[in-house]
Amino acid sequence: MNQEQIQEQIASRFGAGAVQAAVMFRDQLTVQVPADQILDICRFLKEDPELSFDFLSFVGGVDRHPQTPRFEVVYQLSSLKQQHRFRIKVVIEEPEKGLAAVDSVTAIWPTADWHERETAEMFGITFKNHPDPRKLLLPDNWKIHPLRKDFPLYGTEEDTPDLPA
Amino acid sequence: MPEEATAQSGYHSEIMELNLGPHHPSTHGVFRAIVELDGEIVVNVVPHLGYLHRGYEKTCENKHYHQVIPLAERCDYMGASSNSLVFCLTMEKILDVKVPERAQVIRVIMAELSRIFSHLFWLGTHGHDVGAMTPLFYMLREREEIMNLFELTAGGRLMPNYLRIGGLIRDLEEGFVERLRDFTNHFDQRVDEYETLLTKNVIYIDRTKGIGILSLEDAIALGVSGPMIRASGLRWDIRKTEPYCGYENYDFDIPVETGCDVYSRYLVRVAEMRQSNRILKQALDRLPEGEIRARKAGVIFPPQEEIYTKMESLIHHFMLVVEGLRPPIGDFYQCIESPRGELGCYIVSDGGPRPYRLKWRAPAFVNLESLAKMAKGNFFADLIAILSSVDIVLAEVDR
Repeated sequence: MNQEQIQEQIASRFGAGAVQAAVMFRDQLTVQVPADQILDICRFLKEDPELSFDFLSFVGGVDRHPQTPRFEVVYQLSSLKQQHRFRIKVVIEEPEKGLAAVDSVTAIWPTADWHERETAEMFGITFKNHPDPRKLLLPDNWKIHPLRKDFPLYGTEEDTPDLPA
Repeated sequence: MPEEATAQSGYHSEIMELNLGPHHPSTHGVFRAIVELDGEIVVNVVPHLGYLHRGYEKTCENKHYHQVIPLAERCDYMGASSNSLVFCLTMEKILDVKVPERAQVIRVIMAELSRIFSHLFWLGTHGHDVGAMTPLFYMLREREEIMNLFELTAGGRLMPNYLRIGGLIRDLEEGFVERLRDFTNHFDQRVDEYETLLTKNVIYIDRTKGIGILSLEDAIALGVSGPMIRASGLRWDIRKTEPYCGYENYDFDIPVETGCDVYSRYLVRVAEMRQSNRILKQALDRLPEGEIRARKAGVIFPPQEEIYTKMESLIHHFMLVVEGLRPPIGDFYQCIESPRGELGCYIVSDGGPRPYRLKWRAPAFVNLESLAKMAKGNFFADLIAILSSVDIVLAEVDR
């Protein structure tokens, strides 16, 4: 199946509003879907026999700082049976108080576990219903989210101390 | 509190937590795991990562695209040229640049040498972890020859930093082709020697057969790729399914085993070394004459000789170094078959000289998730064997 056909399948199953944006660049399509439908769309992408995206390559975040909504979460999927790849993303905004939130897809692809933990600690995004939402790579006493655009490259003495607390 | 006092023994048992600390000779780097043991049986393994986290992705957001290449090579330091290959391939797709034939063949040579390099080190340290200390010393001999070859290309023994966006930095030195041909001629016998040490060794088979079972559906669900999933029965190699760099022109097999255990992973990796040698011989026969870097003014470095004679080349070179190249706006994901699995690079470009977001899909990071599943129910000594069969490189896991 080529990329446009996969996009049509999503649109025909979930309605035209499910495909908020579709950007084709160098033969790879990135489809933006609403954040509240991500779980249903992912389940459809995995279980539909013609699509059968059973392999999740990664879940990553992108911070678009001065733009709102602020964060993108990108899901790179691949199908081992049908030999095609696809990319979907959701765009979530950071509320006034608290952190941006999106559903976790670990129920569909267990591999998303560590990817989402890393994205959560690097960007400050909460993945709802994640089985184990601890920090993965960063020290426990750091309270900052380094991959955000407004975080300085070298960190600061108070936020990123060299020694444990 | 006493859990359960059996009538015969009168013992109570509780789960013991053991810290497999970051400083440990068998964890292949700074890897820490809290192992919950019931006697000697592993009940759960909780890895605590991050001891080698260097902020690679954030650093790359502050470097020009060409400056990312040496950083990328240090991610998986065992197969360094694979990392720069995936980054260069991603950038070449974004920039829509076609790499000349000679550079593609030499890139295949570097990638397969990296694969042999990485698998040799894995073989030595894996044997060491299960108690067979001899392969370690013998593989160092082959690795020394490969490191001398890497040094001939661009000077670095472990991380040669030889690839550039658009091709290679310079052409092969005098004598490289002859030395590589010598290497490929005797490498098959060396692999035979390694196999005599381990493949039919009763102790080794006892230690590794049936240990660390990872069924195929678990492997797919956990995102495992590379030799681990080929040892679980799936015939999937990105060099065959999504060929890059001219791999469709080479004749090689994909070794697949169905044992799903540590022994199968050993067999797959040893067979892969033989297939890599096969590809190297074909690449040497195919090596055409030609340029080693594409030409595209403003994004690819002009040839070194022209900088000294032509004014435009000098200006282009200067602007590239000082200001960096500006790719079109867009995002792209490219993956290759690294010695560990599906190594992917996702770049979001905003048109500026620095990557807006560089996401490194590290195969060792994803494969390590399967450790807990594989280790449950085995002895603690088997945990070490299973951990070494995952073939992690902490710099890739933690980035």
